Amino acid sequence: MKLFRPLLVGLGAMALGLTAHAAGGAKHAHGPDEGWPFAKVPAGQLDQESVQRGFQVYKEVCSSCHGMKLLSYRNLGEKGGPFYSDEYPNANDNPLVKAIAAEVEILDPNPDENGDPVYRPAIPADTFRSPYPNDQAAMAANGGAMPPDLSVITKARGHGAEGEGASYIYSLMTGYKDDKIKTKVGEDGLNVNYIEFDDGETVGTLTQPTGLYYNPYFAGDATPQWDGDPRHVPYGGFLAMAPQLPDGRVEYIDGTEATTSQMAYDVAQFLQWAGDPKQGQRKSLALPVMIYLVLLSILLWFSYKRIWRNVAH
Amino acid sequence: MSGHESTYKPNTGIEKWLDDRLPIIRLAHDSFVDFPTPKNLNYWYTFGGILAVCLAIQIITGVVLAMHYTATVNEAFGSVERIMRDVPFGWLIRNIHMVGASMFFLAVYVHMFRGLYYGSYKAPREVLWLLGCVIFLLMMATAFLGYMLPWGQMSLHGANVIINLFGAIPLVGEGIQSWLMGGPSVGNQTLQRFFSLHYLLPFMIAGVVILHIWALHVPGNNNPTGKEVQDVEKDTIPFHPYYTVKDGFAIVVFLIIFAAFVFYAPNVLGHADNYIEANPLVTPAHIVPEWYLLPFYAILRAITFNIGPIDAKLLGVIFMFGAIAVLFLLPWLDTSKVKSMRYRPVAKQFFFGFVVACLLLSWCGASNPDDPVISMGEDKLVVSYTDAAGIEGTRVFEEYAPAAQFRDEQTASGATASIAVQAAPAFRFLHLSQIMTAYYFAYFLLILPILGLRERPKGEPDSIHQSILGHDAPAAAPAE
Repeated sequence: MKLFRPLLVGLGAMALGLTAHAAGGAKHAHGPDEGWPFAKVPAGQLDQESVQRGFQVYKEVCSSCHGMKLLSYRNLGEKGGPFYSDEYPNANDNPLVKAIAAEVEILDPNPDENGDPVYRPAIPADTFRSPYPNDQAAMAANGGAMPPDLSVITKARGHGAEGEGASYIYSLMTGYKDDKIKTKVGEDGLNVNYIEFDDGETVGTLTQPTGLYYNPYFAGDATPQWDGDPRHVPYGGFLAMAPQLPDGRVEYIDGTEATTSQMAYDVAQFLQWAGDPKQGQRKSLALPVMIYLVLLSILLWFSYKRIWRNVAH
Repeated sequence: MSGHESTYKPNTGIEKWLDDRLPIIRLAHDSFVDFPTPKNLNYWYTFGGILAVCLAIQIITGVVLAMHYTATVNEAFGSVERIMRDVPFGWLIRNIHMVGASMFFLAVYVHMFRGLYYGSYKAPREVLWLLGCVIFLLMMATAFLGYMLPWGQMSLHGANVIINLFGAIPLVGEGIQSWLMGGPSVGNQTLQRFFSLHYLLPFMIAGVVILHIWALHVPGNNNPTGKEVQDVEKDTIPFHPYYTVKDGFAIVVFLIIFAAFVFYAPNVLGHADNYIEANPLVTPAHIVPEWYLLPFYAILRAITFNIGPIDAKLLGVIFMFGAIAVLFLLPWLDTSKVKSMRYRPVAKQFFFGFVVACLLLSWCGASNPDDPVISMGEDKLVVSYTDAAGIEGTRVFEEYAPAAQFRDEQTASGATASIAVQAAPAFRFLHLSQIMTAYYFAYFLLILPILGLRERPKGEPDSIHQSILGHDAPAAAPAE
């Protein structure tokens, strides 16, 4: 076992490194009970039907506020993408992708010969249309909060382990407490929304600021809005996005029942694909590489034993 | 090894011709084929070879990445993502380069701890050790520069934190700071010079690595006994095939771990915030460096007090750089004549304490200094009030209900009152990092100098050969 000591120590050091990610005040995000199909070792893959449904959710719900500027329509039809087809190895020829792009009208990056701006239906080579012309417009339309670009959102949340970003999206979309919100008339005569907590030591009332929505998975600090023991403030914080996925918010083309958790699951998986479109390729290459390296190490071990057989050391 | 005679025999005409003009094959043969190497090197000694592989991997992947990368603030983030999406196998190359940085540091830390344990910095290998320290410094600079290139939130704000450190230096600090940034703040010009330097430094590392190997081949390898080679026949074997195969095996095992990260968790060693495009107007909640710089970051933050005219900020910077500078002095700080800690039972314990201190410093660097490691008692509640007459007061409660009741009574009587948390006394990460920083410096500046003069070494063999024969003898520790 002497051989493994350097490795164990190294792994220990690395495990310590992993604690580099200080925990915030948000509740720990969780994925669906059965786990994410793409996070399975050794060769988990995305559930492409779910990614397709997730694209529908993005298109019909999220895209009205959130852009995905690193994606082009062609990506949807590339290998590993939700609408890839063997018949059309070049995604630009894929009729489904063409049709998806053509539904959107964009401002052509190139003006016409007179220098006037041209609006035209998108083609697969175009990037996803941004819902707002610029960041200022995005903020103005959302009460000063900037809806983040979703291109790499699954890599930008969690701690970098496979599936944590998707779990964050899933938890956030299903984590709103909208069914617990009560309303009373405040001192100034306007309605005040509040949530009553009675969960172990977290007992008290959380007042929801106007235009913001409480979510235990959203990183923030609820202390200023909390009437209760300040040592036991509820997890999470307030975000400007209202709950977006009530049951039946979209009507799935494939007939799947559009419950909140189904839509959250699908859109999380779509965003997981979008954040790293080559992850399918990565996962299918993983196992052969590992097997190759393990076999090579076994071969070298026996070479080592043989070469050193007559040397006392 | 110096004095070792060359055994290279040019066989073909072209080899003879070349050997008379540039004996480069002879050099390679004498350095990596017939180089006499102690028989008793264990697996800790394979990390030199592993590091050479790491450097080669980083340079090769880095050169390819540079073909596709755009060093401007508007395009850097997108260009890195484009590499992942549109460059054939770009995702693989980039993941290897990104994970490779961590693996490089993992290996270098093992390599350095091995040098510390077996006394590889002692005569006649001081220059070898110093060159290694130079490589380590260059590696840290390269890694820091490289971490800036994806232009994520941690890139920008991490760079800000580090560059601001130089501002703490009296008189010239601000000048150095704007010279590094190339302007008044971290911006496009900073990114471009960082990219340029990130491309330059690895080749400087490669140059120093050549010197490092040269300096290794003059005195020859140290070994777990710390005894110098006395009899080339009995104590050594040729580097090839004995160590090429042993190193080769270790390298492949290392690559298995490497590949596991590349394929299954490429982002787990980084910080998720670096996938948010840099925005100077939004500061991340916790700015944390990459894991391999955490111990030094912890030392920087451990200094929260002034000493005389030196304020805490400058002192922190001095300690942080001192933590590396002290490595350069190590060959002259350790007074023990015995190299290997195998035969220094007391020093050995302090050494393991030092390893633990480094690991704990990493933990501190990753944590919020104010968070408790061990909490002593319960947090209490303080009600602060100012009554109608303007008299201020506070009252401490254990339970929320009476505190709230008291606050409401005060409010009802016309006072303003509020409840706040009074944190329980605790042993915090700040305290832990201060103790560990003290131990870090004490190890080099007190323990090693004093111990070498006072301790009694135990069981040192007379030679490498004797140690190998004495596997079963109770006096000598077992050698691999």
